[in-house]
Amino acid sequence: MTQINVRVDGVTYTDDVEPRTLLVHYLREQLGKVGTVIGCDTSNCGACTVHLDGAAVKSCTVLAVQADGGEVTTIEGLAPEGGGLHPMQKAFHEMHGLQCGYCTPGMIMASVDLLKENPDPSDTEVREGIEGNLCRCTGYQNIVRAVQQAAGEMRGSTNGHASPAEVDTAAAPHVAAQS
Amino acid sequence: MIPAAFAYARPTTVDEALRAVAEGGEDVKIMAGGQSLIPVMRLRLAAPETVVDLTRVAELRGVRDDGDAIVIGAMTTHHDVMTDPLVLQHAPLIAEATETVADRQVRARGTFGGALAHADPAGDLPAVALALDADFVIAGPQGRRTVPASEFFVDYLTTALEEGELLVEIRVPKLAGEWGMRYEKFNRVAQAWSIVAVAAVVRREDGHIAEARIGLTNMGSTPLRASAVEAALAGAEASPETIASAARSAAEGTSPTSDLNAQADYREHLAQVLTRRAVTAAVGL
Repeated sequence: MTQINVRVDGVTYTDDVEPRTLLVHYLREQLGKVGTVIGCDTSNCGACTVHLDGAAVKSCTVLAVQADGGEVTTIEGLAPEGGGLHPMQKAFHEMHGLQCGYCTPGMIMASVDLLKENPDPSDTEVREGIEGNLCRCTGYQNIVRAVQQAAGEMRGSTNGHASPAEVDTAAAPHVAAQS
Repeated sequence: MIPAAFAYARPTTVDEALRAVAEGGEDVKIMAGGQSLIPVMRLRLAAPETVVDLTRVAELRGVRDDGDAIVIGAMTTHHDVMTDPLVLQHAPLIAEATETVADRQVRARGTFGGALAHADPAGDLPAVALALDADFVIAGPQGRRTVPASEFFVDYLTTALEEGELLVEIRVPKLAGEWGMRYEKFNRVAQAWSIVAVAAVVRREDGHIAEARIGLTNMGSTPLRASAVEAALAGAEASPETIASAARSAAEGTSPTSDLNAQADYREHLAQVLTRRAVTAAVGL
């Protein structure tokens, strides 16, 4: 066992971990941070993305001991204190950027990281920026719109993007017919 | 999936790291960014007795100017390499290829030296290092030695690194004259490995190609130079016809594998097409 000191979502923890413990297992099983999910276990899907010392990482591909002395933000610590949603969470909700929701925590953490480097990404730049995150439901259309809406809000403007209802109808008429 | 248990060492200097490797027992793995090693440990394809984690060896990070070369510390992350001003100025090919490696989360942890020491023939950076005639500085119990890229990649996942040694830095010579560079990568989905890729580094002189260096990714068990293309281009006119003709010998001397992504003959075809595109772009046509 190795002792680690790590700050997770604003709280400092001191814990003993085995060196082989993956960061995602430490977060979920020792700290109960089950908002961070495991999708593939092969470093592919990005569902387990968290921020480690300010950069998005796949927490299934980092050892918990490597976070020693570091700062981790998970999806559970993203929203401002005192309630409400982070603009990225709000945009995923409003733009219907999810269906089953399993990829969403990772998508949101990766997207927030992308906007730190590129606050106004084009459609292509969003797609490239979240290439490490797989969604098997949405076809990414509304995820890209959500990221761009959040980018607009975080830049302090609300330039008009199409609403999800309009878009879904155009792209997939059968969806509109069902609703 | 959880890796098998291992002893963990976290040195903070190269000397400490070498000691940890020497004292780590029979089966020691050196971990750089861990983005290839942790996945194979999770699958239990590797179950080392000791892992020596270089993450906190600060002297291995960063890029510096050393006169006739830029020197990239082995533990410099992909993200830091592709945004580094010296890399962008003197070896933009490295930045261009690094941008295509995996995804941003992996590039935040994965390192230049780790990718080179892992020596996956489908990895993008070995062929780039080969095309740029980089030198590999290796530290071991007996001191340091330098190995040219042409001798560093020995076989599939195998390099000139001996037991007890670690890669500390990569020296990339600054190029004098008018050089153009291009990395052309072919894969089918985001974050996938190269099916084939080509790194072209070309020196122009008076409308001619004075010198061309072509590195091939995934055309054999190691990265390769397309020597026949290089010979055909040396001194040739910089025209689309000349380049297309030279590129037709891109697969000469290669031994690509057949796998689920592509058959060998398709890889040979890709090598020719991508060589033509990469050289054309590097020449500026």
